[in-house]
Amino acid sequence: MTSGIATNVRLKGISKSFLGVPVLQGVDLELRGGEVHALMGENGAGKSTLLKVLAGVHRPDGGTIEVDGAEVSFAGPTDAQRAGIAIIHQEFTLLPHRSVAENVYLGREPVRGVQVDRRRMVADTRELLDWLGEDGIDPTDAVSSLSVAQRQVVEIVKALSTDARVLGMDEPTAALADHEVELLYDLVRRLRERGIAILYVSHRMREVFDLSDRITVLKDGRFVTCAPTGELTSEDLVRHMVGRDLGEYYPDRAAPDDLGPVRLALRGAGNDRVRELDIEVRAGEIVGLAGLQGSGRSAVARAVFGVEPFTRGVVEVDGVAQRVTRPRTAVRLGIALVTEDRKGDGLALRQSVRDNTLLVRRAALRGARSRAKSDVKALLDMVTVVARGEHQEVRFLSGGNQQKVVLAKWLAVEPKVLVVDEPTRGIDVGAKRAVHELLRDLARRGVAVLMISSELPELIGMSDRILVMHDGAPAGELPAGASEEAVMALATGHRAGEAA
Amino acid sequence: MTWRPRLAEGTAPVLVVLLLLLVGLAIVGPAYDEPSGYLALLKRAAPLVVLAIGQYFVIVSGGFDLSVGALVTAGVVIAARLINGSESATVWVILLVLGFGVLVGLVNGLVTTKLLVPSFIVTLGMLLVLDGAIFLWTGGAPRGALSAGFRMFGRGAVDVPVLGKVPWSVLILLAVLAAAVLFMRGGTGRALVAAGDNEAAVRLSGGRVDRLRLLAFVLSGLLAAIAAILLGGFASVSAQVGDGLEFRAITAVVLGGVLLGGGRGSVVAAAAGALSLEALFTLLNLLGVSGALESAVQGVIIIAAVAYASLGSGVRLRLWPKQRNPVRPAQPESS
Amino acid sequence: MSALEEKSVPVTLKVTRPAVHRRLTPVAIVYIALAALLIVGSVLVGLRGEVLLDQGGILNILTRATALGLVAIGQTMAILTGSLDLSVAYLVGLTSLIAAETMAGRDGMVVPGVLLALGVAAGVGLVNGLVITVLKANAFIATLGVALILRGYLEDNYTGPAGDVPRGFQHLGYDRIGPVPVAALLMLAVAALSWWYLSRTRPGYHMYAVGGDIEVARLSGVPTRRVIVTAHVLCSVAAGLTGIYLASRLGSGAPYVGTDAGYDLESIAAVVLGGTLLAGGRGGVVGTIGGVFILATLDTIFDDLEVDPFFKDVVRGVVLVTAVALYARRMMANRARGRLT
Repeated sequence: MTSGIATNVRLKGISKSFLGVPVLQGVDLELRGGEVHALMGENGAGKSTLLKVLAGVHRPDGGTIEVDGAEVSFAGPTDAQRAGIAIIHQEFTLLPHRSVAENVYLGREPVRGVQVDRRRMVADTRELLDWLGEDGIDPTDAVSSLSVAQRQVVEIVKALSTDARVLGMDEPTAALADHEVELLYDLVRRLRERGIAILYVSHRMREVFDLSDRITVLKDGRFVTCAPTGELTSEDLVRHMVGRDLGEYYPDRAAPDDLGPVRLALRGAGNDRVRELDIEVRAGEIVGLAGLQGSGRSAVARAVFGVEPFTRGVVEVDGVAQRVTRPRTAVRLGIALVTEDRKGDGLALRQSVRDNTLLVRRAALRGARSRAKSDVKALLDMVTVVARGEHQEVRFLSGGNQQKVVLAKWLAVEPKVLVVDEPTRGIDVGAKRAVHELLRDLARRGVAVLMISSELPELIGMSDRILVMHDGAPAGELPAGASEEAVMALATGHRAGEAA
Repeated sequence: MTWRPRLAEGTAPVLVVLLLLLVGLAIVGPAYDEPSGYLALLKRAAPLVVLAIGQYFVIVSGGFDLSVGALVTAGVVIAARLINGSESATVWVILLVLGFGVLVGLVNGLVTTKLLVPSFIVTLGMLLVLDGAIFLWTGGAPRGALSAGFRMFGRGAVDVPVLGKVPWSVLILLAVLAAAVLFMRGGTGRALVAAGDNEAAVRLSGGRVDRLRLLAFVLSGLLAAIAAILLGGFASVSAQVGDGLEFRAITAVVLGGVLLGGGRGSVVAAAAGALSLEALFTLLNLLGVSGALESAVQGVIIIAAVAYASLGSGVRLRLWPKQRNPVRPAQPESS
Repeated sequence: MSALEEKSVPVTLKVTRPAVHRRLTPVAIVYIALAALLIVGSVLVGLRGEVLLDQGGILNILTRATALGLVAIGQTMAILTGSLDLSVAYLVGLTSLIAAETMAGRDGMVVPGVLLALGVAAGVGLVNGLVITVLKANAFIATLGVALILRGYLEDNYTGPAGDVPRGFQHLGYDRIGPVPVAALLMLAVAALSWWYLSRTRPGYHMYAVGGDIEVARLSGVPTRRVIVTAHVLCSVAAGLTGIYLASRLGSGAPYVGTDAGYDLESIAAVVLGGTLLAGGRGGVVGTIGGVFILATLDTIFDDLEVDPFFKDVVRGVVLVTAVALYARRMMANRARGRLT
């Protein structure tokens, strides 16, 4: 089948656990020169961890890595680099004020005598860019003048300049616009033609079928299957990725009587990131918003909350049209947003549990309302935070408890509409369950909840209705208890609109 | 570690240092057998403590205020020139000086928040402007004299039951400190620290970060004006009266365990830092260490204090708050 | 297909601004401003029937620029690396004393005096760098602390000028070629050397990288600690050169020659005025020299106009804040463009 191509890298039986929690269990992966190998799986399936093992960032607890038939062990990223493996992470690692060539050779500048050999650096960079067929970028351009897609090319050139023969790409299209994605496809294909082995991590069905030669699927840290792309259908893939027992418990859904009036309504709302949306969320209802990364889920949340406001259409809160152009307005209208980046923009980590709980009340409200009776303890009890005390700094809490503090800070202002973006990401099972129950409890008390999650079982288990987004636009709506396959089919654009 | 007093993190060390210094004073200096000795110390320390409290607001919200020394000088020089020995002018001149402090703080804060110039540069510019303007106005040799009424705040005392004669400046200091503590316990104060810690979190909680920062600069300016009034009581009127006070105030704040870059530290600790600094100078004097070596000791101590603080994990090492790296794309969905 | 598809609108907006705005780098702005200042100054001075750029005027500008220029070149390196140095002013005084006292009027001791002064300066820079990288003290506090220690030493040991520079060494301070002082040429030579170092050698490249994003630099294999220490050593050596130059001009060492001129904050002002980001990672010596010349020219113009000398401080403060505000606006505009395209 593929016997003509030499095996470049073979990972066998890789296991890795963090704090006793197994993340990878006996995973096999084989990368060959001139082949694009897609790695698929749901969030938490272990894709990123496997990539980091390959990059030498994590040392596996068990299993072996072979490069060209010889067993190797990486003490750090430099070892992996030396073995010809380079990884392009989701976060860019470029200096904006320096030129393309300077970035590509950062830390490895060629010298002639004592001087940096700038001519060679520029020439070599240009050669690599030409090799990739990227003549739109000049090696002397400042990185800050490049588009996001061009910066990604620079990242790739940076990786190739280390003589990488194996290239790992982690969700490379997450930050790209549609037309830029096509350019990336071309680039990946050219890399393949030139004999590079590519590990392409993605969970976008279309990309994977367009680009890859073989697909490996992981589920819950275990190897599920590896097959040539041609032998798989998207239905197979969805089944492999999802197929798990739904033994988890979720609180009862809302009964028809529980639903109240429409609290949040979007009518034809849109902006740069999302197209005309019509969404209604009723008091007592949890509406799930599904979609892949980059589908515009979070953009909806940010727009509702006024971070990057809608530029078209109408937002109604309790039936009254409102202009929500900044978070402060949203908060005062009774809208709350639990962001997906808890540490980055949810909490002031050096402040106490108490201060974080009261943050919204103090920051956004005035006078009597901001000094409402000190019911911090009641709030913390309600969200079941476990801390040494109200005065413990939040940064010392576990992820689950931190998330509960975020919820408490919003409960302190009694919101009407609660938007939660990945509310249980990175928290343990117990805390997860507590958050689920809390969300349902809030809905019962008349809060309208809009819930975003990339964990499908959770989204399906919690939602009274599910809206699926694809490429910045609504792709369809599914009733409570829809199958994961149905959601995935809409989200991947596999059957766009069919179920709508 | 079961017993844990309710102190903001970083407060305990400075209190221990202060206590040791006070014990040292009691052993070395006969004047410190009685409360009056400590009252005199407090009185001397009052201007610096007040300045440090003002600087604290700015630092804890993530900035620097380098203009306070020049502002103190300006306050003293303006007051002397306008009062010119006339008792009747005292009240309005005091109000004017306070107003001037607020105005300078307002300008610092507006330029920082609206024009996005780093506060280090803004207040450095303000320092140059104020210094130049003072010299320009006075020709290098300040004229005029302060009235007795004006000087009363810095040097006078008032009879307080039980304690006896208590200097005005000590009362003012206590009032300022009490007000600052109340402010920092209140919602706005907590939001100010939170803004220094994580600006995005405060903004996404509906807070107005720019207004909080502006408020910090205004408070710093106002307190610098108060410090000028206190200092005018016992310092001579000169164009150098506030020289170097900005660095001394920053030193005091840092000594109090407040994190440069913002987000951590208590106002009481900042005040204790200032008091420790003054007690240290007094002790060195008593020990016969020449006034000259004073600053060398000060230098060693602040380096040691900051190095000690950074031994613990999680302390931010960068000098400037991390800029949002513009290369990182505004991701539709970051993970 | 579904109706949803038809409603689709372009998700990205392409905004292209005229390229003209992009070409004006901060360095260009600084030199345009300098040229404008020279023209306006010449006109104003000309109205009084005098000439700004006559022999005396040029000499005046260059002499003023020499000392501040040297300090500012060093400060540029510290700031580019994401640090800053508040100890340079006292170090200038200290090195002037070391040079003058070692020379003690003997021609034969000129070289040892210079070397000793530079050696001590390098040592102080090393201490600054190590306190920052090893003790992990914030650069502001670390260099402020070192400044206070130097001040204590100076106050304890000196009350006024000390040491004696041999007559031969004074040529350094006073000789000139036409209207151009030799020392100014030497300063420009140091600037050129620093420019070469920063823009042509690996350690220079790494300074930009560390100042731009220390994490990225570390992940790319840049020895970040060594880079920071090097920047501080070079910064202090530049301050040492200033001390030696001032000793040659004054004929002796003076403990407060650096602080009286406010070289600590003044040099930071010149660097930032020259378009270097206070946070590091962008800028350079060329802009700094422009900033220094703007400050020196302002002084000279005010002298010629017999404006109260203190007025210049006011103008300086305003110029500094205005310049940085302009740079900040340009940065924001660039950033917004970068995100949309």
